[in-house]
Amino acid sequence: MASARGELPPWVDLGLIPLLNLVVALLFAGLVVLIIGENPLEAMWIMLKGAVGSLKGWGYLLYYATNFVFTGLAVAVAFHAGLFNIGGEGQAYFAGLGAAIVGLGLEFLPWPLVIPLAILASMLFGAFWAWIPGYLQARRGSHIVITTIMFNFIAGSLMVYFIKDYFRPVGRMAVESREITGAYILSFREIGLRFFDLRLPSTPLNLTVFLAIIAAFVVWYLLWRTKLGYEIRAVGANTEAAIYAGIKPQRIIIITMAISGALAGLMAVNEVLGVQHRLLLEYVGGAGFVGIAVALMGRSHPVGIVLAAMLFGLLYQGGAELSFAKPLISRDMIVVIQGLVILFMGALEYAFRPALAAIFIKAED
Amino acid sequence: MIRKLLATAALTAMMAASAFAADDKPAIVFDIGGKFDKSFNESMYNGSEKFKAESGTAYGEFEIANEAQREQAIRNFADQGYSPIIAAGFAQAAAVEKVAKEYPDLKFAIVDMVVELPNVQSIVFKEQEGSYLVGMLAAMASKSGKVGFVGGMDIPLIRRFGCGYVQGVKAAKADATVFQSMTGDTGAAWNDPVKGGEITKGQMSQGADVVFAAAGGTGLGVLQAAADGGALSIGVDANQNHLHPGKVLTSMLKRVDVAVYNVMKSGKDGTFTAGIQELGLAEDGVGYAVDDNNKALITAEMTTAVEKAKADIIAGTVMVHDYMADNKCPVE
Amino acid sequence: MTPAIELIGIDKRFGAVHANKDVTLSIAQGSIHGIIGENGAGKSTLMSILFGFYAADQGEIKVKGQPVSIKSSSDAISHGIGMVHQHFMLVDPFTVLENVVLGAEDGKLIGPALAKARQELTRLAQDYELDVDPDAIVGDLPVGLQQRVEILKALFKGAETLILDEPTGVLTPDEADHLFRILGQLRDQGKTVILITHKLREIMAITDHVSVMRRGEMVATKDTKKTSVEELAELMVGRRVLLRVEKGKAKPGEVVLDVKNLTWKDRKGTPRVDNVSFTVRSGEIVGIAGVSGNGQSEILELISGISRPTSGQIVFEGKDIGILGDPRHVREEGLAHVPEDRQHRGLIATFDASESSILGWHYDETLGKGFRLDRQAVISRCKAEMQEFDVRPADPLLTSAKFSGGNQQKIILARELERDPDLLIVGQPTRGVDIGAIEFIHKRLIALRDQGKAILLVSVELDEIRSLSDRILVMFAGKIMGERGPEANERELGLLMAGVTEDAA
Repeated sequence: MASARGELPPWVDLGLIPLLNLVVALLFAGLVVLIIGENPLEAMWIMLKGAVGSLKGWGYLLYYATNFVFTGLAVAVAFHAGLFNIGGEGQAYFAGLGAAIVGLGLEFLPWPLVIPLAILASMLFGAFWAWIPGYLQARRGSHIVITTIMFNFIAGSLMVYFIKDYFRPVGRMAVESREITGAYILSFREIGLRFFDLRLPSTPLNLTVFLAIIAAFVVWYLLWRTKLGYEIRAVGANTEAAIYAGIKPQRIIIITMAISGALAGLMAVNEVLGVQHRLLLEYVGGAGFVGIAVALMGRSHPVGIVLAAMLFGLLYQGGAELSFAKPLISRDMIVVIQGLVILFMGALEYAFRPALAAIFIKAED
Repeated sequence: MIRKLLATAALTAMMAASAFAADDKPAIVFDIGGKFDKSFNESMYNGSEKFKAESGTAYGEFEIANEAQREQAIRNFADQGYSPIIAAGFAQAAAVEKVAKEYPDLKFAIVDMVVELPNVQSIVFKEQEGSYLVGMLAAMASKSGKVGFVGGMDIPLIRRFGCGYVQGVKAAKADATVFQSMTGDTGAAWNDPVKGGEITKGQMSQGADVVFAAAGGTGLGVLQAAADGGALSIGVDANQNHLHPGKVLTSMLKRVDVAVYNVMKSGKDGTFTAGIQELGLAEDGVGYAVDDNNKALITAEMTTAVEKAKADIIAGTVMVHDYMADNKCPVE
Repeated sequence: MTPAIELIGIDKRFGAVHANKDVTLSIAQGSIHGIIGENGAGKSTLMSILFGFYAADQGEIKVKGQPVSIKSSSDAISHGIGMVHQHFMLVDPFTVLENVVLGAEDGKLIGPALAKARQELTRLAQDYELDVDPDAIVGDLPVGLQQRVEILKALFKGAETLILDEPTGVLTPDEADHLFRILGQLRDQGKTVILITHKLREIMAITDHVSVMRRGEMVATKDTKKTSVEELAELMVGRRVLLRVEKGKAKPGEVVLDVKNLTWKDRKGTPRVDNVSFTVRSGEIVGIAGVSGNGQSEILELISGISRPTSGQIVFEGKDIGILGDPRHVREEGLAHVPEDRQHRGLIATFDASESSILGWHYDETLGKGFRLDRQAVISRCKAEMQEFDVRPADPLLTSAKFSGGNQQKIILARELERDPDLLIVGQPTRGVDIGAIEFIHKRLIALRDQGKAILLVSVELDEIRSLSDRILVMFAGKIMGERGPEANERELGLLMAGVTEDAA
């Protein structure tokens, strides 16, 4: 018995529809640009050129995408267990504590040791911050959406306290730790200079981008090639059936949240170790929430998430270039344009589906 | 058709790019608060606009949206040859330091922080001196002998305001009490007028009848609460006397707008110098505001005392302690 | 005489699914007209079009000879068509009267409408044996009475033609008989009744005419008197089917499952399973009959380890598995479970068939060592099972939801039987399953019994219980009311299902 909605060829479902949504989103964004008195074609060209027209642009694009891959994967893994983890923001933030403790505390060790340990610590701290809401959901029935939101706030205040009172060097104005010097090596520019005598454009891109690719693969493997992944998806798709199968949903909820938090925590590796080389306030900057959009758009599949993260990276970097080149298009305008893309690609994902379905099914007869 | 469109787009982009090529045009990078924060950033924006209006030279500007963009923005301006490039706020120090090293031929300036490089002008203010003067005024205007201080984000810079203020208060009235409160620990503390108002009400309930707000946008709430509760307030950065005429005792002026204007102008005139610019009372970088709105509040006696203190400070006979020198304040 | 309803050339597609293909049907005034067909044959779609839930892509509807346009259920009601849904559309906390008036309030104030409705209800009750206390809260009424409220609702709104969708699924045989009497009365008073069902026995017992649908097409319309169950079954399935289960005598061996004083109380402390004891031996099928909701589901959940007994023991091959309360361990002990609710428990609709086919057995080391799940092993095992159980299409990568009910059930049965269990507990094995698959599933169960396995069968289909079981237990209100042999007659079992024991009678 086929579903009443009708089937579409995969290339339509996964290719044409997202493309169509993107085009419509850009049309609307163009309209907005037109209204404020700029040329939309030119604006789009600046965005595109700024993001993919140079090595520098790519560097920034991929740097942003790295963050979004981590937070997107975090949201997606939880989605597969039927959990809506809105706490990526807080988990990524709290994870910075782990990165900084190891990065600063074990400075005396050589970097090949410190960096893996710091990565591990980031994951651990992120996992811990998601484990608590997971535990509360599983054992106490506190709704995960509420608890993860609240934990974003708690992380926010806690981090202010830690950074201000424990990490900030005496006399420093900015609320931030001192530099994690062992982590410079992650930067591509640094690697180019040190090992290849190559002068690369200065961008925040660093080795963490490979970690993002590895993480995407690991998530795919976990979900579709392991028994744990099977259980996670079973709980998410149908808890009743999972119980029937002898799976303990409470246990899966807790484990999944910890995995989700660890993934979000990896974002701290990119920011704290890879880019800023120090622990500073609010470094997550909304990437945790962008992760939700990325996961939605990427249909919670690692490949989709990597692509969606790159699209958002493009929007972020292109947007920065645009507001740079066109002071009329302020950074708030950029947020509007990004919002339109999210609206059409995420929230209105199925808006064009019925019409397309009608066309394609007619064509098949 | 598509090719034609693309070609047009490319052409316009090239034209746009050529418009960037800015020889010795100044640029300013605003911090996360944004250029319309009614405070620090906006003040600098006003200075830039004044420069533009007077010289007819356009300037580049950018508002940071996230941490990574600090360096990106400064570097972008540097790439395109803007000079001098002004970074608003202490948080941009690291980025300025990095980029200024890479572009030794360009000129940079940073406000509220010191970056020691041969092509960077660091503009810092002796906030303690201006605060000292308004502290004296507060003590003399107070009937209860109790005055308040509401800071924004709890950072050494704001403590410097507070410390100068307390010294001034004690100098005028040795037994006066000062209530000191900070609004918060993060950037949000600059823009929380509701909380600022609450803190002010709290201090007033303890007897404070003059409150000094050194808290950016939060200060608007402080001034409002004081005006509503029958107390006097003291504004900060810009002249805020007009906000509640007759109810704002004075404003502690910190002329970042003048500083920005001067940097831009010196860039154009070729008189730009690197190094630390410390702007205090002597340089008219800080001060207190008297205008029609508060004339009635400042007695001749008060003016005499404050003007004498000002002269003494300029002359060096009175030293106002700088909190940031040792992270300590001799008086509480 | 003009027909009450005419459907001419109705055509409807849902995406790629052609649900109704050029269907034409004429229903005589004052008759009971049955519509039968397997699941997915298109009978519900057809009636939904008539009642205004869907718009037909093509075709025409005539009521009493007049072409009409029915775009919503209120259009249908205004043309005198009423519908009693399989799942009742009642507001539980409202009284009967309030429910009846709902949607026909007639003005801003409820008072006059209620007074009028009360009068009308009294009249309807007299005319059609439709007695219901107008002031009873609907949620407190037994299912049979709730159904009457649905019928009253339709009649109150002036229905001349009444559509009933699978009305007897939730009723005891006794309640079903009463319903049929009501329907007979309605017909005698000139109303028209359309009865959708898949139970051939009901069609034979009550209808005047019967139409058979298969794969979206109307294959035949017959006078009920001139047809037979066998003929109808053949028309439905498209080939000859064997309706009677052929089995030899059971050869019961030793006790495999021994349930002792089993009690389970829900959160409110109400015993839903109340001091139940019985045994199942190897080589026999024990059937539990009863109207749904009388504790049978809970017994299945207790034995399979999904829930833990409040008290009592479940001894399986000498071990008390009740205290485990863990489906995984219970399965490892050699118990297989085909759950009652195929869609919500037996498989995962969004998973592909191969993934659904390992549900509960995914721990198995043969499907991947340690934490790994070997996709190739999963697929090839599923493929083998599909061939063995004749699942169509035999495509392990097809999403589970896309299989028909019968094929879904075969996937589940294959999964549970392939692990060679000593005891199979099975709930509603053929609910929503087409006749062809029913035949297959019944044969497999008998074969399993003949291999010397123990089977505990729960079903609300009395016919199924009677034809498969070697012993029949009847449950009512959490208790076992008695045990009968397969030869027990329907009336006797029906009384037990209604909670009436001979001692009391």
